[in-house]
Amino acid sequence: MIYLDNSATTKPWKSVLETYTQVSEKYFANPSSLHPLGAEAERLLMQARKQTAELLKVAPEEVIFTSGATEGNNIAIQGAVNANKGRGRHIITTAIEHPSVLRTMNHLEERGFEVTYLFPDKEGRVKASQVAEKVRKDTILVSVMHVNNETGSIQPIKEIGKVLTNHSKVLFHVDNVQGIGKVPLNIKNAGIDLLTISGHKFHGVKGSGVLFAKRNINLVPLYFGGTQERALRAGTESTAGAAALAKALRMTLDREPENRNMKNRLEKLASELSKYNEIIINSPVLRAPHILNFSVIGRKPESIVSALAEKNIYVSTTSACSSKDSEESIVLKAMGLPEERTTSSLRISLSLDTTDKEISDFLKSWKEIYYEVLKVGG
Amino acid sequence: MKYEMILVRYAEMAIKGKNRKHFEKQLEQNIRRQLKDYADVKIKRTFGRMYIELNEEPLKEVCELLKDIFGISSFSPVVKTELNEAAIAEAALMVTRDSLNEKEGSFKVAVRRINKKFPTGSQEMNQRISKAVLIQMENLSVDLHQPDVELKVEIREEAAYISGGVIRGAGGLPVGTGGRALLLLSGGIDSPVAGYLAMKRGVTLEAIHFHSPPYTNERALQKVEDLTNILTRYGGKIKLHIVPFTESQLAIHQQIPDNCEITVMRRFMLRIAAEMAEQNNQKALITGESLGQVASQTLDSMYTINSVTAMPVLRPLITMDKMEVIEIAEKINTYQTSILPYEDCCTIFLPADPKTKPNEKKVSYYESFMDVDEYVNKAVEGIRTIELTGKREQDIEMENLL
Repeated sequence: MIYLDNSATTKPWKSVLETYTQVSEKYFANPSSLHPLGAEAERLLMQARKQTAELLKVAPEEVIFTSGATEGNNIAIQGAVNANKGRGRHIITTAIEHPSVLRTMNHLEERGFEVTYLFPDKEGRVKASQVAEKVRKDTILVSVMHVNNETGSIQPIKEIGKVLTNHSKVLFHVDNVQGIGKVPLNIKNAGIDLLTISGHKFHGVKGSGVLFAKRNINLVPLYFGGTQERALRAGTESTAGAAALAKALRMTLDREPENRNMKNRLEKLASELSKYNEIIINSPVLRAPHILNFSVIGRKPESIVSALAEKNIYVSTTSACSSKDSEESIVLKAMGLPEERTTSSLRISLSLDTTDKEISDFLKSWKEIYYEVLKVGG
Repeated sequence: MKYEMILVRYAEMAIKGKNRKHFEKQLEQNIRRQLKDYADVKIKRTFGRMYIELNEEPLKEVCELLKDIFGISSFSPVVKTELNEAAIAEAALMVTRDSLNEKEGSFKVAVRRINKKFPTGSQEMNQRISKAVLIQMENLSVDLHQPDVELKVEIREEAAYISGGVIRGAGGLPVGTGGRALLLLSGGIDSPVAGYLAMKRGVTLEAIHFHSPPYTNERALQKVEDLTNILTRYGGKIKLHIVPFTESQLAIHQQIPDNCEITVMRRFMLRIAAEMAEQNNQKALITGESLGQVASQTLDSMYTINSVTAMPVLRPLITMDKMEVIEIAEKINTYQTSILPYEDCCTIFLPADPKTKPNEKKVSYYESFMDVDEYVNKAVEGIRTIELTGKREQDIEMENLL
């Protein structure tokens, strides 16, 4: 199997799964229980939180364990605007956010909030100056993703954070699901108030995520119950999920130097694929080391995905979360690309474990299926 | 080219006459203990200072650990180079850059040429090195009187040594040179800070904690173990004595009028701690009391409480404001643990109106209806002692999971 859909999800590492099962078995008690078993579970949860905080270079109390990025993004965005709607009802985001941000914004628009969507340039990048132009007295939140999940384009988070230092009451949320471990980002230096990551994107387990919420930030919870996770995420904590996430994050960041190799592999893919006449690379030059988006003009991407799947190779048409709904990529469209490209895009996404051999095997298979699919289609 | 050793200075100790050797030895031992995970590090003592040879061990991590060792006034990473001008100039540039941390500033070069075979004289070298660094750094100027960086270049027989950045140490005196004392550790914010400050003056610490199960739970005890473990970072392993206090506390609750309960409880604690210190050959008790902070810490209260023992009671925080204490607690990393909300034995039977001016005579009279000695002896006999070295076994197991 050659798995090249790592932006959709990664295969959990064995040792991470071991942690998950061991913790589930041994530290099963409710961390809120008073008895010693509860105390031990609480302690492990605390250690997982501490380790995660150290890795993210933030304070332990700023780490909120969640069930994943969709929940994290919702708590951050809805929580922030509901806590601040007395001051204003204007939000700024980009047109290329993940659906868990975009649809939340749509929902807020129905609720009477005004949302400004920033459009990226042809390189898939918004500019900090766009934020500076659009920010107003009644702006309460700016939400910009760090790395785009479809193209791998990198947004100027630090620069936007700098623009917002002049607007101290505007909260700054960053969806860093695709960026964590791939593109360095210093949370504290970038003036970020809220930031989301998800465990299963870096070889953790599904159902685990982290919302970084700066100390003293006031958020209205999405649902109510116990006071777990600063009362922002009520419900019995998943000690095993948190431990697995902390471990996967440590292992991922330990291997950060290997991103260079991943980038080289991706560059190789890009240069080999661009040799085909009908292929145009959509990912910008300034991109994350793991995502390559390209269009095969005149071809149905679905047929290519199926043809590769028959050879036990797995890639994606567009982001997995939106691919079922529409044939056109919203992200590529927002970049101003023509329809022939927005409807024919494929995404290959690597992981730290992708090997040189897998890349050359992929290219070999690609060559084989490419002309078959062309023939069928043409 | 990289930093190969660290020069360690210890100003206050250097003036302590005949004791100096003892102090230096202790400091060296403390540094060794703190750096025990870095097996290749070597420590050398010369007159009035120490050198730590890194031997490929990571500079940054070693520096972080050195910052917490009492007795070190400051230290500087040192680069070793070959004996030629180009190499020395390159090292000088690197050290100046690192020391200024990309900010603008001023510097001065001080060359000492011990190796007279080196062809260029020290005056000439001063100028050449200055020039070489100035050309490369736009925001740098020369200041001979108050430079931000004093670049020291020592040209010796075997190599040249260049240092510049001065990192402030923890100050104080090496733990182990100031006698032995027993810290009353509650789990709150104050007592760990008091212990830290006592260690700063060289005191070797043991801690005593009063545990009242089932009124205080495992988590409260755990918290005290955690705090003790944090303190080991500044003074090496610490023995924690856990006193079974339930029986005494219940007896006090039954026998003593509500508003004097705290005073009597404190007197019991002091008696038990003093007895323990006596047995352990410790010469003082240390508490986190601060004048006027709570009812039991007024002068009247302290007088009444203190009158049960002749053992000196040191109170390093006595004149500090709460905010000052919190500042230190945050710095030494105990604050986050201290504020965890578990009940300790001081809060469980807290009366509504504790006396701020308890009368010693009255309190003694109330106590005369109790067999104080028996309670004290029984508590002391029941003490369970654990030695903390920085980490619990269970924590290591958890760490391995993560």
